[in-house]
Amino acid sequence: MKTENQRAWFFVLPVLFLVAFNALVPMMTVVNYSVQETFGNNQFFWQGLDWFEQILRSDRFQAALGRQFLFTGIILAIEVPLGIIIALSMPRKGFWVPVCLVLMALPMLIPWNVVGAMWNIFALPKIGMLGYFMNDVLGVNYDMTQDPLAAWITIIVMDVWHWTSLVVLLCYAGLVSIPDAYYQAAKIDGASAWSVFRYIQLPKMKTVLTIAILLRFMDSFNIYTEPFVLTGGGPGNSTTLLSIDLVKIALGQFDLGPAAAMSLIYFAITLLVSWVFYVVMTKDDQ
Amino acid sequence: MMRKRSIIPIVYIVFLMLPIYWLVSMSFKTTNEILSGFSLFPQTFTVDSYVAIFTDPTWYWGYINSIIYVSLNTVISIFVALPAAYAFSRYRFLGDKQLFFWLLTNRMAPAAVFALPFFQLYSSIQIFDTHLAVALAHTLFNVPLAVWILEGFMRGIPKELDETAYVDGYSFPRFFTTIFLPNIKAGVGVAAFFCFMFSWVEMLLAKTLTAVEAKPIAAVMTRTASSAGYELGLLAAAGTLTIIPGAIVIWFVRNYIARGFAMGRV
Repeated sequence: MKTENQRAWFFVLPVLFLVAFNALVPMMTVVNYSVQETFGNNQFFWQGLDWFEQILRSDRFQAALGRQFLFTGIILAIEVPLGIIIALSMPRKGFWVPVCLVLMALPMLIPWNVVGAMWNIFALPKIGMLGYFMNDVLGVNYDMTQDPLAAWITIIVMDVWHWTSLVVLLCYAGLVSIPDAYYQAAKIDGASAWSVFRYIQLPKMKTVLTIAILLRFMDSFNIYTEPFVLTGGGPGNSTTLLSIDLVKIALGQFDLGPAAAMSLIYFAITLLVSWVFYVVMTKDDQ
Repeated sequence: MMRKRSIIPIVYIVFLMLPIYWLVSMSFKTTNEILSGFSLFPQTFTVDSYVAIFTDPTWYWGYINSIIYVSLNTVISIFVALPAAYAFSRYRFLGDKQLFFWLLTNRMAPAAVFALPFFQLYSSIQIFDTHLAVALAHTLFNVPLAVWILEGFMRGIPKELDETAYVDGYSFPRFFTTIFLPNIKAGVGVAAFFCFMFSWVEMLLAKTLTAVEAKPIAAVMTRTASSAGYELGLLAAAGTLTIIPGAIVIWFVRNYIARGFAMGRV
């Protein structure tokens, strides 16, 4: 049982100062920009909530948001079940376990721009392994610089390649914590593989699975570098996800007001969805 | 039964290794060979690309810069996260839950949102283009993560350990460093690994906050990709070299990664 102790605040102070400096000051800058108009020379004019209205109504933002939800939805729908299946079929002990884990974690340790560049070259027709295989061996017309569908498939396969292991490792951690006695009891009762999964393995994986979904949601919703390097948002705007669009407006066009308003809306959406996950996750944590 | 099931992880690992194999094999080819068409193995095996990287200071300083700010970030993050995680795992205090959630919100913030404000903030306190700037920026998402992981591991240590130590006359600092820390060293290792990993792979902030002095390897790669035409062999070699630090670090924590990814919560 935890004891009540207000002096614990002293332990938290260093984190508080550091994160407050890093998060609050920039956040205030963003809020500041979001309600003003600037014409350069550090002249600012009060704009109220105009930028927010303009962003929320703009087709460009709605389209990027739609693409973002589509992307996050698809990769969650693929990575979570796939991660569970792989975790279930992994060996529980022995020499191969650390080897498997290290190899699986490897894609996550590659810098994001390298991941993007790597898949870009990997998918090039004629030159890249994937591009060559699709075009010259399977005879499918595959070129992600021309065809939006091919670009989407490449981005999704890249993300599955990059992050499914996170789900695998989390689920695996949950699975190895199940005592053997549970399985023996299930065997004596003559339980089917499905009921073992449904009544023993799935409940044990619940916490870790929620962490996995939370992390995958946050990271895929904020994804920038990999798709930017892979497709640059193209062809056309077909793979321009929210972050890519935001950076285009903020650093490309230097439209600070709209970019700031968009940042806040973006952050609010991430926060809202993550909060729901967090509440669900900590509900039976106590 | 077991035999048949192990097909799935094997197929999965082959799928993971294919693009990596492709990158490594390309790094041993000449750019001409890469552009001339598809070949599974290097026809004219060459290490020229690696020689070029190790003899050009712009290239190898990119790696050194990245390693400096990543290490700095890991040290800062663990150092401030340890006491906070202890407080969260042992005590209830006013606003503890709200504070914990607020910390986590920073893990959720899109890096793209912070790029420009960070640039202005760090320029105004004159640390733009230093390793410290990138290290500090990365604490934004690494500190919450480190607190989260360490809290999970500390929670598993029974409170009786603390109480016995105080009865035996240990002061808090002495108890924390000589008794408590050795008990959670796996947790510290895992948290450090995660800080290293997320700082190593993050590129948007690292690129925005540096110009010349602290330029990360990613920025060097982009510059080469655009200025020297498209030197694919060189780029592939540079990419291959970025995988190595991660591979080394993960080998050290291999026995804890599963539990580590679960943030100590199993």
